[in-house]
Amino acid sequence: MSHMETSFYQQAAQAELEKIHSAALTPRARMAITVQDMPCQDPEVRRHNMQEVAIGYTREQAMLEAERCLQCKNAPCVAGCPVKIDIPGFIRKVKEGDFTGAGQVIKQTNLLPSICGRVCPQEKQCQLPCTVGKALGGVDKAVQIGRLERFVADYEREHGLQTVPHAGPSSGKRVAIVGAGPAGLTCAVDVRREGHDVAVFEAFHKAGGVMVYGIPEFRLPKALVASEAGLLESMGVQFEMNFLVGRTRKLSSLLKEDGFDAVFIGTGAGLPKFMDIPGENLVGVFSANEYLTRANLMKAYEIGKAGTPIYPSRRVAVLGGGNVAMDSARMAMRLGAEEVRVLYRRTREEMPARAEEVGHAMEEGIIFDFLASPTKVVGDDKGKVAGLEVLSYQLGEPDESGRRKPVPIRGSEHFVPFDTVIVAIGNESNPLISRTTPDLHVDRHGHIIVDEKQKTSLDRVYAGGDIVLGAATVILAMGEGRRAAAAINEVLQ
Amino acid sequence: MKTEHRIVSKRQLSEEVYRIEVLAPLVARERKAGQFVVVMYDEEYSERIPLTIADADPEKGTVTLIFQTVGASTHKLALKEPGDSIVLLGPLGNPTHIEKFGWAVCVGGGIGLAPLHPIVKALKEAGNRVTVISGARTAELLIMQDEMNAVADENIVVTDDGTAGRKALVTVPLAELCAASPPPDIVVAIGPPIMMKFCAETTRPFGIKTLASLNTIMIDGTGMCGGCRVSVGGATKFVCVDGPEFDAHQVDWGQMMSRLGAYKDIEKEAHEKCHLEMSIKQLEKERS
Ligand SMILES: Cc1cc2nc3c(=O)[nH]c(=O)nc-3n(C[C@H](O)[C@H](O)[C@H](O)COP(=O)(O)OP(=O)(O)OC[C@H]3O[C@@H](n4cnc5c(N)ncnc54)[C@H](O)[C@@H]3O)c2cc1C
Ligand code: SF4
Ligand code: FES
Repeated sequence: MSHMETSFYQQAAQAELEKIHSAALTPRARMAITVQDMPCQDPEVRRHNMQEVAIGYTREQAMLEAERCLQCKNAPCVAGCPVKIDIPGFIRKVKEGDFTGAGQVIKQTNLLPSICGRVCPQEKQCQLPCTVGKALGGVDKAVQIGRLERFVADYEREHGLQTVPHAGPSSGKRVAIVGAGPAGLTCAVDVRREGHDVAVFEAFHKAGGVMVYGIPEFRLPKALVASEAGLLESMGVQFEMNFLVGRTRKLSSLLKEDGFDAVFIGTGAGLPKFMDIPGENLVGVFSANEYLTRANLMKAYEIGKAGTPIYPSRRVAVLGGGNVAMDSARMAMRLGAEEVRVLYRRTREEMPARAEEVGHAMEEGIIFDFLASPTKVVGDDKGKVAGLEVLSYQLGEPDESGRRKPVPIRGSEHFVPFDTVIVAIGNESNPLISRTTPDLHVDRHGHIIVDEKQKTSLDRVYAGGDIVLGAATVILAMGEGRRAAAAINEVLQ
Repeated sequence: MKTEHRIVSKRQLSEEVYRIEVLAPLVARERKAGQFVVVMYDEEYSERIPLTIADADPEKGTVTLIFQTVGASTHKLALKEPGDSIVLLGPLGNPTHIEKFGWAVCVGGGIGLAPLHPIVKALKEAGNRVTVISGARTAELLIMQDEMNAVADENIVVTDDGTAGRKALVTVPLAELCAASPPPDIVVAIGPPIMMKFCAETTRPFGIKTLASLNTIMIDGTGMCGGCRVSVGGATKFVCVDGPEFDAHQVDWGQMMSRLGAYKDIEKEAHEKCHLEMSIKQLEKERS
């Protein structure tokens, strides 16, 4: 499909809106309304800049898309949403043009809709069971709930209508939050609402966790994360930045000496996995965490201004098939690489990345080598990457789940030249807190073990997000932060 | 949204070496010999610079950092004055394992003498006999000598050009000490990678346990990025969380040095630009 400007979508939506009379629409007529595409920057242009790729619905598009919702009584979409947003409820308000009201409906259960609207895997959550999508035979035809959520949240922010959640009267109790990622920030808000004093301890110099160091600017603008964190400050949440719990201060000291009544651990899954193949320590091999942190948090793309350098790459291999791999590949392209290839052992169907990101990456010219996996990184005489030895796979017999498993093709090893290799095969849990906190139980992957209320093996210590779930999603991390906050508020009553 | 770490004093030790004292009460209280911090000269564009803690005063709540202006980032750090705030995270890494070994030889090269000092002190406090070998290119760059003389049992000085002490590399007296009987029980080497590598080669035939403190490129300093990884005894280790000290006989020095040089070309350019900026600043100062 060729690229369309926002004005095109706006005019088309306007024309279609004028033709319909909301109240009189039959379900069949609603399903006949055009699915609203997301206006985006031209792929040819955006592959050279850091600005956000998706521009956002226009007001006309949002109102037209909202007309596609059937307002199902059983609302299967809500069941698919990890935080149970009243989806038909907010969409009804959008339909009526009451965007502020729509925002209030969402905020009852989701504090960071502008972020979730951008990064949630909607096609696996709310949009998967959507009645409209089912009837039209494809999840891509479902009501575009995520795009509407983003529209509502952006409308609120752009019109200065954001409200600061209210902090209750002071309880005299103090809660420490370790880690300023989505889990920690969500927990902080909910605990602060009850009037407890809240201090967030964060190792980095900026709040947001993966949302600031991992997910790139072109997908989630950092100003937006900063603005959300700013709301927490206005609520009276204190931030102690550049503070590594376990080193700057032990977890037990926070409880025993510093007078905190409860602690929430939301330290994420910050330990990069490598492939464990020869040559992985050669110059030019990066973990996705390193590559993206240099580019995002340290702003290495602002060459000349940033102190942190980025490796000059021409031919880049990205290993993996998740969001992290997509972000690394698209970042490498923007940093000037001539060719970027994603190597994935399975096929497109199995890729865990958000469907939209895979599509965007393809539009931007990223090349996908499916059914391929490296066996070795080959170096030159200076200890730098010269290329990969790659083994090809084919789909074998279906396993119990009915999926055809990739099996290596014997003798298919071949050399492909690269100067940069980015390993994006996931993260394990950072062991720092568990190592420095005796009696905090973790499983064999290092994930902190919690009960149904997010309580750990230690009294008054709760945990949630990637440190519990393993590398998961923003919304699941938020959900866990919320649940922990409810439990903390209960014990501090 | 800030944790203020104010510079309380600053001294230039030689043309390229600076000593700053930074207010960081929690770090001053928690830190142990061998640990380091990550600093940034600002919150927007600064690189994250790992620096070993040279000293700390828990009463005053300060840590002392000594650094050489080797690149653009350390130059910008050197432009900070008392009263200015910097970003500081720490203490990071594992403390040096200190016990009563018997006779310890501590080798420091150049700026490496700064992080060596707290280790010498701790080894001494644990009841060891401590011999220091202080090495530098030239007398002007020989730092921490009063401090070393005050704690060490013996301090052997060598310079490349003979302007102070013996005209020799640190490995010459080190080999002599290794040949003594009984030989040293442990050797600790901190300095440029090439020096640490040759110290390891010197002690290897004698089978003397040798520790080196690695100064790899780092970003977070918390184990999140893997940029600091090195191969030790065939296994990949993250210097910031598994180190910074490792068995010098097991470190893959060739790999470590090529990884350190990954950004050399880019850095050289930035460094030259920095020198220009510094001389402009100097000129402006002189004019006004
Ligand atoms: C590149 C990338 C792309 C992604 N894309 C998506 C996406 O599109 N959609 C989606 O839903 N999810 C995505 N994810 C996953 C998602 O970002 C995570 O699941 C989510 O951020 C986890 O939240 P968290 O709060 O548990 O931890 P994190 O976001 O990891 O935050 C943890 C914070 O704790 C701090 N910390 C760690 N240890 C300590 C300590 N000892 N003391 C003090 N502070 C500490 C860290 O510095 C960090 O700021 C992506 C992840 C990556 C890496
Ligand atoms: S399932 Fe789809 S059509 Fe039904 S209420 Fe939810 S969004 Fe609307
Ligand atoms: S500096 Fe990032 S893992 Fe060590």
